[in-house]
Amino acid sequence: MTLKLGIPSKGRLMEKTFDWFATRGVTLRKSGSEREYAGAVDGIDGIELVLLSAGEVPRELDAGRIQLGVTGSDLVREKLSSWDQRVVEVAKMGFGGADLVIAVPQAWIDVDSLDDLDAVAAAFRAHHGFRLRIATKYHRLVREFMREHGVADYQLVDSQGATEGTIRNETAEAVADITSTGETLRANGLKILGDGMIHASQATLFRARRRDWTQSQRDTLKALEAKLTS
Amino acid sequence: MTQVNAETSQAIWDRARRYQSVLVGQGALITDADVLQPADTLLDLYGEDIRARTFTTQDPLRGEQMLRPDFTVPIVQQHMAFGAEPARYTYLGKVFRKQESDESRPTEFVQVGFEVFDGKDVAAADAEVFATFAGILAGVPVTPMTGDIGILRAAVIGLKTTERRRAALMRHLWRPRRFKALLDRFGAITPTPAARTTLLADPDPMATLPAVLGLRSKSEIALRIDALRADAAVDPISSFERDLLDALLKVRETAPNALASLRDISVDLPSISAAIDGLSRRLDALANRGIDVDALPFETSYGRTSMEYYDGFVFGFSSNAGLNIPPVATGGRYDALTVVLGNGTGVPAVGGVIRPDLVAFVEAAQ
Repeated sequence: MTLKLGIPSKGRLMEKTFDWFATRGVTLRKSGSEREYAGAVDGIDGIELVLLSAGEVPRELDAGRIQLGVTGSDLVREKLSSWDQRVVEVAKMGFGGADLVIAVPQAWIDVDSLDDLDAVAAAFRAHHGFRLRIATKYHRLVREFMREHGVADYQLVDSQGATEGTIRNETAEAVADITSTGETLRANGLKILGDGMIHASQATLFRARRRDWTQSQRDTLKALEAKLTS
Repeated sequence: MTQVNAETSQAIWDRARRYQSVLVGQGALITDADVLQPADTLLDLYGEDIRARTFTTQDPLRGEQMLRPDFTVPIVQQHMAFGAEPARYTYLGKVFRKQESDESRPTEFVQVGFEVFDGKDVAAADAEVFATFAGILAGVPVTPMTGDIGILRAAVIGLKTTERRRAALMRHLWRPRRFKALLDRFGAITPTPAARTTLLADPDPMATLPAVLGLRSKSEIALRIDALRADAAVDPISSFERDLLDALLKVRETAPNALASLRDISVDLPSISAAIDGLSRRLDALANRGIDVDALPFETSYGRTSMEYYDGFVFGFSSNAGLNIPPVATGGRYDALTVVLGNGTGVPAVGGVIRPDLVAFVEAAQ
């Protein structure tokens, strides 16, 4: 039995993943035409390349349909409950960095921290009759962060894209979004809360639980780990 | 040890019906609630956190619905709409809970509940509910724990500080971490952040306000800055009062000793006296019902993190054997919930639930 390695099927994330493995003596490449989602692996035996969307990697690892996968650490935490009991981080890859942060309008000069956000949420609810809306696509991560910090009287509204614009459109009062430099947030009149960093994400190689692995799969993992750490 | 089914589903339902017959014998009316509950009500009560533990589904016309995580909310709604005091209700059925971290816990289980809406003698009603569950659990290797959220509430209400600060603390009574952070800020333990000092030093910060975006208006921002200014001028909550709150929350003894400790604290914190008198009356009422009050454990902070809508007496019965399971029965007083669900008019209410599957498990492990 081979080990299936799932990696993002397009863009910079795929190329950087190829580079990362190449410097460690494992060559990954797309086989056939550019548009075909099939791949090949050289430099190590027993690994099969699967190209798929980064967002599907957590689910496929959890289901055991792939045994290794490259995706953002944010996606694993968002899509798998008790993620650390379901998958294992093999290596942080040092690229694809992005921070999940809470941001509010720059005009909220009275809000610098979660403490302020919580107080404003209470006042907002009393004034407007509904809970302060935070637009995000990272529901689990944001909810767990808010619970841990004891923030109340907010609600999460789903936003799958252009999240920074939701405040201007009055469909949210704050956002929890991914940013690498904060530039897009600033350009949209928003600022990041001082203690509003939810998760610093980067591309990470994960492996599934080994419960049902064969001996040859275990041997392949050992050989791969040896290459990655050498 | 993980929780397994100690009995067949049939045996658990039989057990549930036996428990319910005890409650009917106490004069409780059998009632029921819909499995699908409107999500709005639950979200407004519990906040976003409830999504982590409740199954949500969608109806094309009614919108978001949740599989009932408990019966209390719909039973209170029914009572507030159609009932009259005094009333005693019992219900029996499945409740549904998502399990995000422990796969060994069931996502649905049978609950038998007892709710008492009777304000004639609050201490007697508390004792009735506790003693009823204690009776059902006679011979089962479980230990009771009791508490009283009303004592902490009374202490907060009595703090020598502004109404705004008291309200902020009250809002986070059930979130100990945020409660402590607030208390540290109001006690001037946490230094004022530099940005806040700068903001308050500016005589007219609104003059240089960046463009306002979204629904939160300029006047709301100005109002909060006024509130921050007023708050900055207020004396900190004294270390004396903060120490008293700490001492209060640390009380964990048998009920008579806890009562004595709390009486000592109330010498310096007279606002809790009435709540302590209530505890004393409850202990008398429990003794009248044959409960061994001298051995009854009491903890002031019991139920503070897990029993959100309770605001007075709280109790639970937990397995003696250190089995990794939730309490087999829990309950308490929730007068404030009836105010929220009754659109401002509340009634004194106390109740509890028991899980026959957990009782069977505890008995089997004996």
